[in-house]
Amino acid sequence: MAKVMPSEWEGFNGGAWTSNIDVRDFIQKNYTPYEGDESFLVGPTEATTKLWDQVMDLFRQERENGGVIDMDTKIVSTVDSHEAGYLNKELETIVGFQTDKPLKRSLQPFGGIRMAEGACKSYGYEVDPEISFIFNKYRKTHNAGVFDVYTPEMMSARHNAIITGLPDAYGRGRIIGDYRRVALYGVDRLIEDKLYQKSTVCGTMTDDKIRLREELAEQIKALKALKTMASKYGYDISKPATNAQEAIQWTYFAYLGAVKDQNGAAMSLGRTSTFLDIYIQRDMDKGILTEEQAQEYIDHFIMKLRMVKFARTPEYNALFSGDPQWVTESIGGIGIDGRTLVTKNSFRYLHTLENLGTAPEPNLTVLWSKKLPEAFKRYCAKLSINTSSFQYENDDLMRVTHGDDYAIACCVSSMRVGKEMQFFGARANLAKCLLYAINGGVDERIDAKSGKHNQVGPKYRPVTGDYLEFDDVMDKYIDMMEWLAKLYVDTLNCIHYMHDKYCYEALQMALHDRDVKRYFATGIAGLSVVADSLSAIKYAKVKCIRDEFGVVTDFEIEGDFPKYGNNDDRVDEIAVDILNKFMDMVRSNHCYRNGVPTTSILTITSNVVYGKKTGNTPDGRKMGQPLAPGANPMHGRDTHGAAASMASVAKLPWSNAQDGISNTFTVIPDALGKDSGVFAGDIDIESIREAMKD
Amino acid sequence: MEGYIHSTESFGTVDGPGIRFVVFFQGCPMRCQYCHNPDTWKVGIGEKRTVESLLDEYEGLKEFLKSGGITATGGEPLMQMEFVTELFREAKNRGIHTCLDSSGIMFREEKRAEYDELMKYTDLVMLDIKHIDDEEHRKLTGHSNKNILAFADYLRDIGKEIWIRHVVVPGITLNEEYLRRLGYFIGGLDNLKALDILPYHTMGIVKYEQLNMKYPLEGIEPATKEQAVWAKNIVFEGLKERLRDENKKNKD
Repeated sequence: MAKVMPSEWEGFNGGAWTSNIDVRDFIQKNYTPYEGDESFLVGPTEATTKLWDQVMDLFRQERENGGVIDMDTKIVSTVDSHEAGYLNKELETIVGFQTDKPLKRSLQPFGGIRMAEGACKSYGYEVDPEISFIFNKYRKTHNAGVFDVYTPEMMSARHNAIITGLPDAYGRGRIIGDYRRVALYGVDRLIEDKLYQKSTVCGTMTDDKIRLREELAEQIKALKALKTMASKYGYDISKPATNAQEAIQWTYFAYLGAVKDQNGAAMSLGRTSTFLDIYIQRDMDKGILTEEQAQEYIDHFIMKLRMVKFARTPEYNALFSGDPQWVTESIGGIGIDGRTLVTKNSFRYLHTLENLGTAPEPNLTVLWSKKLPEAFKRYCAKLSINTSSFQYENDDLMRVTHGDDYAIACCVSSMRVGKEMQFFGARANLAKCLLYAINGGVDERIDAKSGKHNQVGPKYRPVTGDYLEFDDVMDKYIDMMEWLAKLYVDTLNCIHYMHDKYCYEALQMALHDRDVKRYFATGIAGLSVVADSLSAIKYAKVKCIRDEFGVVTDFEIEGDFPKYGNNDDRVDEIAVDILNKFMDMVRSNHCYRNGVPTTSILTITSNVVYGKKTGNTPDGRKMGQPLAPGANPMHGRDTHGAAASMASVAKLPWSNAQDGISNTFTVIPDALGKDSGVFAGDIDIESIREAMKD
Repeated sequence: MEGYIHSTESFGTVDGPGIRFVVFFQGCPMRCQYCHNPDTWKVGIGEKRTVESLLDEYEGLKEFLKSGGITATGGEPLMQMEFVTELFREAKNRGIHTCLDSSGIMFREEKRAEYDELMKYTDLVMLDIKHIDDEEHRKLTGHSNKNILAFADYLRDIGKEIWIRHVVVPGITLNEEYLRRLGYFIGGLDNLKALDILPYHTMGIVKYEQLNMKYPLEGIEPATKEQAVWAKNIVFEGLKERLRDENKKNKD
């Protein structure tokens, strides 16, 4: 007998997704690939324009008010902590804010009460004394846990900035809940599934099983809280969404629950556009939805994502050059069966940049493949030129590892939605590590407090000669990297243990399978400085300049040397070699919860701050100058044009930097080709002659 | 064989069709007042490169360059005739699209055989006509334009595809009469495939300062895009005038 599908699923093709939680299968069985162009798109509705004007006005007030409009100092933010909040209830088709008012920053102390207090203080607010008392006295935070266990060596490495950006005082983020599940299955079904999962964790109660049972219990509570939150907005999300508007709303509620629960460094959305297209298409086929309405829903949804805000300190904003939320949404890509995953809704998402104007959030990310439909590629190119507001990632590369239902967290971290998560891992400063190798673990800067150089790393033998010898430096560098890799992984182990314990992402993990693959992410900064430095040492002569303490603090370069970014193997291979070596060192260490170690080369903004804390380097870079962003060549050293520069970066093996390699590329549109106003191509004199005969 | 090369650019988007590997040859006899690469003028300096090393550099980038090819520019590539011929011959052997960007100043009728040989391996010529009026051309570049126009005629005779480039400089070439005459001339080139009007810019000034040279066009404002569009339309009018005249002649 054929299975009867619940009425909410009427019109969908069945499949494994009806009996298991399997959103990918639902998408594959039901989506409509779109190979056409953007001509079907429509402009904003009157309601959209009116709402967006209101939002712009709020943003302006926020700026004039020194960065925030209002902060919650009393109510600790949880999934269901706040009453409903609206922008303009009559006009909003997608509703929900983090607090009871738009842009009012929520109070999120579980990552660290000091950070929450500091954030409030920096904007002239004060956390309610009772809340402060509770979180200082009775309710331990992630931050307190980490600092209870840090070793003096970890503290010193952190203080001297050889390991930087550690998520030890704030939420780690980089986890993407499969928010689509709430729309497709409704919360009751998900709770039922989690209860079943919990019942499967039985037998001898090992540490792991006890922890998992507790986590599943937390997840179930979070799902129940999510229903409560939605009910405050008048929605019952216990059952599946019945139409496009509900599907978008349900998905947004799930994401909203996550950002109410967690103030993570990156709170990404996932890969929702093609999933939601199925609902839009179904409603259009039924004749109950027009293109105008569909675009309005998407515009309102994106508007909400643009208004996600967290309470953060000025220091945090300095590190990340602004106040980023990393609401990354992955768009497009190709399925493993060869069909494009581009749908009309992929266009609608990008089209919000035209309907609402440009914005850094949500971080729209096109999963680029050579096989993407030509019309979509052209639309992307056109919008990139007009808006400079979205990024591209290599789908052909990542699909091999992750299949066709992965998404990007933050800027480049890829993971299967609902099946994989990552422990975010900050960065090790490999440029500084090279200076430690030269100086026997002594920091090259003078500590403001002691007036001396700090001994941070182990007291290995420093370089003693006047000139740096490649083999000698390399030998010492490998030893110092081994030390750094171990200390770095151990530090992260402490952090993630405590985050799980005191600031567990219950709702996001409730939207994952029971057994997830955990990537243990690390990161490196300063790769191009290291490659150029080692190249200078190898191909030119680099003289050491020592200060009064005998510490090498500057270098003189005699002669020229190959520089990373010119497709020159002599130096590019150094970069590849350093990456491979460091990754293998990371791998040789124990990672918390059997995490699979990865690394990234993606310091897109923090490279500026890291550069401030790194002394003169043997490549000629001066103290305080920024490191290059991500895997970029150092500014101005790539002298053979963009293709050569990108070819150097492309040599870095993704298999050893699976958490992502970024290359920031800026070009003025005029440099990309001829303007049709002054360039006339495809001239055919004969046809002009013929045309003139008439 | 080695050539004197000023530099290479791996991502050329304005020097021929597609994304191109651009080889800047060292050495040029012209002294165009608006030249933005005066550092390529001097002969006998630059980096000595073999054909093989240049093509190896190309191969390392070919994923990016599949839609484009290789462009020889400079400087004046035809000053190193043997080398550019060898470079293009080997490039064609490897199936690479070749484009020659030249002023045509080196052309001599008596050297036709050498040109025939080079053209065997050249897919496209971008010919930069500096000024259509011979007297003005001398003022602007220090040379007559006779050989240049003869080169254009030669390319027409052998049926080689060409793009014509022309820089519009306010007060020098941004002149209705000259533009019309230019159009009238190129209307006779039935091998013409594209016309590229380049608005004069002042980005070369920095190089003159670095080389301790006086900038010849000091005080002349860059041409605007609107002026370039206007110039393009005038050139087209001249071109059509030529075709109209020819049509008339054929009828008579």
